[in-house]
Amino acid sequence: MDSILLQILNGLDKGSAYALIALGLTLIFGTLGVVNFAHGAIFMIGAFTAVTFSKLLSLSFITLDPEKKNFLGQPLEIKTAYVVDWFGPTVGNGLIDWAVPLSILFSIPIMLFVGYAMERGLIKHFYHRPHADQILVTFGLAIVLQEIIKSFFGANPIPTPAPEMFRGSIDLGVLVGFAENAIIYPYWRLIYFLFSALVIGGVFAFLQFTTFGMVVRAGMADRETVGLLGINIDRRFTIMFGIAAAVAGLAGVMYAPINSPNYHMGMDFLVLSFVVVVVGGMGSLAGAVAAGFLLGILESFASMNEIKSILPGIDQIIIYLIAIIILLTRPRGLMGRKGVMEE
Amino acid sequence: MSIIKPTRRGLLKTGALAGAGLAMPTILRAAGYTNEPTGGTVTFGFNVPQTGPYAEEGKDELRAYQLAVEHLNGEGDGGALNTFSSKALKGNGVLGKKVAYVSGDTQTKSDAARASAKSMIEKDGAIMITGGSSSGVAVAVQGLCQEAGVIFMAGLTHSNDTTGKDKKANGFRHFFNAYMSGAALAPVLEKAYGKDRRAYHLTADYTWGWTQQESIQAATEAIGWKTVNNVLTPLATTDFSSYIAPVLNSGADVLILNHYGGNMVNSLTNAVQFGLRDKMVNGKQFEIVVPLYSELMAKGAGKNIEGVFGSTNWSWKLQDAGTKAFVQSFGTKYGFPPSNAAQTAYAQALLYADAAERAGTFNPCGIVEALEGDGSSLPDINSAANTGYLFDGLGNGPTLYRKPDHQCFKDVLVMKGKENPDNEYDALEIVEITPVKQVWYEPDNPMFAGGELGKCNPGSA
Repeated sequence: MDSILLQILNGLDKGSAYALIALGLTLIFGTLGVVNFAHGAIFMIGAFTAVTFSKLLSLSFITLDPEKKNFLGQPLEIKTAYVVDWFGPTVGNGLIDWAVPLSILFSIPIMLFVGYAMERGLIKHFYHRPHADQILVTFGLAIVLQEIIKSFFGANPIPTPAPEMFRGSIDLGVLVGFAENAIIYPYWRLIYFLFSALVIGGVFAFLQFTTFGMVVRAGMADRETVGLLGINIDRRFTIMFGIAAAVAGLAGVMYAPINSPNYHMGMDFLVLSFVVVVVGGMGSLAGAVAAGFLLGILESFASMNEIKSILPGIDQIIIYLIAIIILLTRPRGLMGRKGVMEE
Repeated sequence: MSIIKPTRRGLLKTGALAGAGLAMPTILRAAGYTNEPTGGTVTFGFNVPQTGPYAEEGKDELRAYQLAVEHLNGEGDGGALNTFSSKALKGNGVLGKKVAYVSGDTQTKSDAARASAKSMIEKDGAIMITGGSSSGVAVAVQGLCQEAGVIFMAGLTHSNDTTGKDKKANGFRHFFNAYMSGAALAPVLEKAYGKDRRAYHLTADYTWGWTQQESIQAATEAIGWKTVNNVLTPLATTDFSSYIAPVLNSGADVLILNHYGGNMVNSLTNAVQFGLRDKMVNGKQFEIVVPLYSELMAKGAGKNIEGVFGSTNWSWKLQDAGTKAFVQSFGTKYGFPPSNAAQTAYAQALLYADAAERAGTFNPCGIVEALEGDGSSLPDINSAANTGYLFDGLGNGPTLYRKPDHQCFKDVLVMKGKENPDNEYDALEIVEITPVKQVWYEPDNPMFAGGELGKCNPGSA
């Protein structure tokens, strides 16, 4: 029982990342009808905004320590962060320690701008082109973006830790009556799950309870009629592209302490997120979120030793297996709408 | 009875004929081999990952190769040529030819690595191929070089198979292997953590992971540890949480991560996040071991690596003359210390050049003969297999290129993640220099069984 609970928890945080990326993908697809293969790259750029902010906070000046030598026998360079020099060690080191949560503020405008620039600069030219063209151009864009990141940050992962107070783990098992060490769970992964739930809730509330959201939903249902009412739906859809980029970017920012960011991390999530979107149902926001969590949890279960001993290699194919089963039984996915991606 | 009177002219004729006869095999051999250089240059092919997950290691290898080319051509400070025990290389190229190079991108994919090696051999006329940062790539390219008739000087490859079941006569490995890591680490682990331990293995599901796991399991079981479980993890895994979560509940008190590169960074980070290192299990502090370390990956793991044991082939912190000369040269040119991968790349380029110079030819069979040595051996090792080419002065002490399997034997370093490192290049500290005698094995060791070295292939002109 405890190992089942543990894998559900693991699945929730994996599913959180899938759900956030898939939510953005669905927003773009539902509003603009674009299959955006660069969405994984946006997630990666989000993680690198956390890396960049952390590096900015750690910008240092160098003094030489004549007592210590470097590997060439020259005086050792001692780096002191400007924020430590300006605000003292307590505040300065505290700011550096909290770089990831603080970078959320830094990343939102950046990601909105990235999304806006991507849509206005490139993707709008492909609205009326076949999906194959959209896939090719956005996939190409994803590769360009990841190569740019690699040229600036290198190919190796860059450690971007969570604040010191969230680095440990909590023994959840003891809290609910299990033995010690039965359900250990890292604080940051819990925070990631809660953060994801908040962002997903925020996006749904925005679409459900604001006039802007209402117009966007109407546009998703019948773009032409909304346009005939004199509403500039294209402008709103461009803003939605920016919001979708911000959602994926925030998912990336908060993911940075879970796995050290590297330039390839977007690609690692991209294919899975597309499977999530298809399983959830093309164009269905609720379906994307539900499928994200469902597949995250199933993927975790498939990694259990007990399951793998019966079905070796199941952990590598489970997501695709579920996708096949769901598409065979429900061709539009779990919550797919009629007419979306159908001739 | 007739007496044949020797004359001076007759003696010269006979001598010339005899000399020509003796030299015949060499002349014939020299007449036809793949990419025999005809102009004033000879081209080396550096096949390294320039894109993909090991691109940083590839870059460091390429830096080292470029430095080696400079030194071979008499530029720069000469680096480890000044300390190398063989004095065949004079800094005037190799066999009077200036060394040029081409580079290819392995992308850390076997098919891409083979394609780039093939292109360098067929289009660029590379006389030898060297490099790589993965055992899968090394085995694939080594096979290609054997077929093509060029020498392959392996870069960073740690699987037992490279000089085990997949060994080839045209292939040579300077880097250490998984067996050596296990043999070096086990005594240190016993000293640090005791004999009564229960180990849980997470293993990358490919050739290197399997041989690494087999080696470290055998070595730790030999000191009394029990193996609780070995879980194979797909190479593409990025989040190891679902593999790590059950570890604490398994009764294990040590987690051995048979992972390398990005896998290692992520699995170690995940393990630390789950608080494994803060837990007491079976009345003992829970510990993590990473059998193969890389300085570049240690940087990626950050503080998570502190106090974690592992092994390396070499470290810039060694104090032998060869290491100092190489580190000085590399550090002056690039501004930071070289990695494991860089050192093995540099050594392999010099060793190839030296072998050509000693053999007097670039013919792969001549190179193989020179690298298989003159029967010299390592001291204090009583084995019929202890024969090959013994050299020193390239870093990490006396080293034997062993004739039976083309594997280098030298001391192995046991490392530990350093607490409070001075800078990003200071992430690992040397715990012990394990003497070569302790990591020695016979060529017919079951972990290396199954392959034949075969005969050298000079290819064709």
